[in-house]
Amino acid sequence: MLQEAWTSWLWPLLLMVLQSALVLVLLLVFIAFYLLADRKIWAAVQLRRGPNVVGPFGLFQSFADLLKFVLKEPVIPSGANKGVFLLAPLVTAVLALAAWAVIPFQEGWVIADINVGVLYIFAISSLGVYGIIMGGWSSNSKYPFLGALRSAAQMVSYEVSLGFVIISVLLIVGSLNLSDIVRAQDTPYGALGWYWLPLFPMFVIFFISALAETNRPPFDLPEAESELVAGFAVEYSSTPYLLFMLGEYVAIMGMCSLTAILFMGGWLSPIPFAPFTWVPGVIWFLLKVSLVFFMIAMVKAFVPRYRYDQLMRLGWKVFLPISLAMVVITAAVLHFTGWGA
Amino acid sequence: MNALLADYLPLAIFIGVALVIGLALLIAPFLVAYRSPDAEKLSAYECGFNAFDDARMKFDVRFYLVAILFIIFDLEVAFLFPWAVAFRDVGDLGFWSMMLFLGVLTIGFVYEWKKGALEWD
Repeated sequence: MLQEAWTSWLWPLLLMVLQSALVLVLLLVFIAFYLLADRKIWAAVQLRRGPNVVGPFGLFQSFADLLKFVLKEPVIPSGANKGVFLLAPLVTAVLALAAWAVIPFQEGWVIADINVGVLYIFAISSLGVYGIIMGGWSSNSKYPFLGALRSAAQMVSYEVSLGFVIISVLLIVGSLNLSDIVRAQDTPYGALGWYWLPLFPMFVIFFISALAETNRPPFDLPEAESELVAGFAVEYSSTPYLLFMLGEYVAIMGMCSLTAILFMGGWLSPIPFAPFTWVPGVIWFLLKVSLVFFMIAMVKAFVPRYRYDQLMRLGWKVFLPISLAMVVITAAVLHFTGWGA
Repeated sequence: MNALLADYLPLAIFIGVALVIGLALLIAPFLVAYRSPDAEKLSAYECGFNAFDDARMKFDVRFYLVAILFIIFDLEVAFLFPWAVAFRDVGDLGFWSMMLFLGVLTIGFVYEWKKGALEWD
């Protein structure tokens, strides 16, 4: 009886918990180094050294930062709605992490291989607005309130064009499963068979919308230091603040991996013959994610911040019509030529 | 285990583990960090002034307008998902009826553009 329960329920359950924990811990460790890379790249563009004291080349900087955040005094403003105030960073971080459950790192390397993966990611990233709105509202302070409003309006604006971009990929693939999307890009042409080439305008729109969706510079208006101090996070300190920042970076990495999966062939090798196909898919995936992250870091380093009206104009008057038109064009091409069928 | 559970249980467990990590980080400083709150430290930050008003104030109606526009377009994207997945099976009728729907939507979009709902100045 006990033996049966162990083999049919408890052991698979324990295995799932261990897998989830392993993926999350690895993800957080990788993000610690990507965060350092972000600061190093930013510093290099400005001819500075960047963090270089903790460990060789400053490699342990992020871990020192984590320790310092944990040891800082957590301040909860007296006027704040305490429950919502503490819930907000948790919501942001957990939602950002939750999106990783459906990301395939390699053929079969995915926590939950559900057939509505893209829809799940879309839903999770829509919910991401709540953490910021809750944080800004519950602080009961003016800067966070304004920052949260801006941030919410910005995130929902670019959500729409992200949705249209994803639709155009779905039109070609015909599946919502992220692994299927990668498999559909497995052609004899290697990197030239991936969707970044036929859907190039959508690739560009996706990249820029991903920046806006995750409040990255040049669209970091919610925390524009020069006007709103730190936006929705003004009243936060210690690990509640850390969770907001963590959520932001996890979401950025999520967008990087989504770009790699939708447009750059996920775990596939860019050169489709022998020595290159021996390399494990997860290495290619990591390289592609790093490439997209490098581009995001470079954008942060040399593009000046947008003004709010420019941001909304770009989202609603440029990206929305272009992506809508591209969905129609993609559908028409597929329908009348039968390409890719 | 049945198929549905096998697909979605890992998802629930993953979110659960993420929640545990988040909660652990959130609670940690309340256990280990030194705390000495005082009235000034706990007051709302307003660039050195005492906060002179409640922060739950009136805000620009355009934020509200953007939220409404978002609902329309996001619902439309959600409506496009099943169509895009079944695109090869819906044939001519499916293609043209969706084009008609997108046409109607474009008319609405042009109208709100001309009305100035997308202006921020």
